[in-house]
Order: sequence, then C-alpha cells, then structure tokens
Amino acid sequence: MNTETGRHPGLNLGSGHAEAHGEAEALVFGFWVFMMSDLVTFGLLLATYVTMLDNLAGGPGPKDLFELKPVFIETLVLLTSSLTYGMAILSLKHDPGRRLRPVLAWLGLTLMLGLAFVAMEAKDLHALQAKGGAPQRSGFLSAFWALVPLHALHVAAAALWLVAIAAQIWRFGLDTPVKTALLRLGVLWHFLDVVWIAIVSVVFLGGLA
Amino acid sequence: MTAPVETEDETGTPDGTPRQELRSYLWGYGLSLLLTLPVFGAVAWDWLARATLWWAIGAAALAQVAVQFRFFLHIRLKGQAKEDLQLILFTALILGMMGGGTIWILHNLDGRMGGP
Repeated sequence: MNTETGRHPGLNLGSGHAEAHGEAEALVFGFWVFMMSDLVTFGLLLATYVTMLDNLAGGPGPKDLFELKPVFIETLVLLTSSLTYGMAILSLKHDPGRRLRPVLAWLGLTLMLGLAFVAMEAKDLHALQAKGGAPQRSGFLSAFWALVPLHALHVAAAALWLVAIAAQIWRFGLDTPVKTALLRLGVLWHFLDVVWIAIVSVVFLGGLA
Repeated sequence: MTAPVETEDETGTPDGTPRQELRSYLWGYGLSLLLTLPVFGAVAWDWLARATLWWAIGAAALAQVAVQFRFFLHIRLKGQAKEDLQLILFTALILGMMGGGTIWILHNLDGRMGGP
C-alpha cells in the first residue's frame, strides 16, 4: 500500500532520490511532449506508407523485398534491450550504496543490443537496395525509405546519447543531471520499441502475410 | 485535503517495492514475447487465412503497445498527475484523425481516379 502519487509519467525515482525526483517532474514531462510530437511524425509516415502500398510503378513489392527472419531477430534484440534498460534504471533506483558498476554494466549491455539492432538494420537496407529496392524506384519504396531508416536513425541517436550519459557517469558519478537524463533516455528507448512494433506489424508482417 | 505520506524507505514510490518493480519488468518482457512469437510464426508458416492474419497482427500489435506503455513506460490510469494521460490520449486522438483521415481520403481519391 502506498499513497505517494507519481510526479511524472514513467518510473519515478521516489523520495530516496529527493533532489532528482523533484527536478524530474518538469524535465520528464517536457520530454514526453517532445516524444508525442515524434509519435505524430512516425504515425503520419506510416499512414503515407499505407497509402503508397499499391504504387509500385512496376518495381518490386513487399513480398519480393522483405525477409521475415532478420526482422524477427531485430525485434527480439530491441525488446530485450528495453528489459536491460529497465534493469539499469532499477539498479540506479534501489542501490543504496550508489555503486556505478551495476548501472554501467546494464547500460553497456543495452548499448550493445542497440548497436546490434542498427547494424542489422543497415545490412537489411543494403540487401534491399541490391534487390532493386532503391528509394527512387517507386512511390512505395520512397515511403518505405522515409519510414524505416528514420527509426534506425532514432535508435542510433539514442545509442549516442547513452554513450554521452555513460561518460558523464564515469566522470561525475550518479549526480542529479545524470539521473534525470537517464529517466528521459528511458522514455525514448522504450518509445522506440513501441514505434518498431507498429513498423513491424504494418510494414513487415502485414506485407508478408 | 490530505498530503501524500512521505515514507523514508523504498516502498514509498508509486511503483511498489523493488521486488514488485523487477517482477513488473519481467512480466512486461514475457508478455511482449508472448505477443510477438505466435504472430511471426503465423506469418512464417501460413497458419491462418490472409484476412484473419491481418486482424490477428493488428490485435497483437495493439495489445503489445498497451503492454509496453504499462510495464516499461509506466503509464497508468490512476496514481499519477492527470495531465500526462491527457497528453497521451490527446496525441492519440490527433494521430487517429490525421493518420486515419490520410488513409481514408487518399484511398477514396484513388478509387475515383481509377487507381493504378
């Protein structure tokens, strides 16, 4: 039984981290507002893709281009990275000694999964191009290239942010700016999972079904 | 008006005890796998008719999004400031109108123009 209300959407650090918990309220809410504008961007690119599905201009379609197996592995990698990020936040929240090592270890694992995702995605896009799926080939392919690589770019940017935060932890320890930055990156990281699920369902599973 | 009780120990957060929080993350992970694997299997081995499969993919995706929001992004219907949920629901409304409207109107136009 607890009566404390969350101050912001997402995992709250709680009164054990009084300073960061207080500061997180406005910062995390602001980041959510940004995240929602990003959601609209992805949603509309997805809607554009759906309207372009039949505009192949005689070029290759979803069944000629997409492969299920790499997409399946990428999905598992991204889902697992969400879990490891959650573990990093939990070890930040509940370690009374404020030790750096567990947090850094989980963040390192998350980073490796994120980079693996980006590398696999890059390989897929390269293979797609080799099969005649360049963006200028048809309206369908232009819409595809606007949507899927944008998500991969987001994951790459999130990985870069993670490295920057890890460097800050290394240099300054787990201080308030680092804690609130980790909460915001968490929103982005889990959010990119949600966007990927939408992309997989509409583009890959829907296209191959 | 009653002020929230500030507890010193770690149980005083809206996310429960450390054990509950860990369990919540593991549940989220397990559920998201459970919603992913069968759908991929159904597509890979053609378990269902095409129309049924599309409905199944859509339903699994919606459930998956709900799981992600509940267990990883920690969005709840109660126990947090109201503006947050309103922000998300308003965005969903805007997106539904713009995305749904785009697909509807362009599909309709395509039909009237003879389509490719």
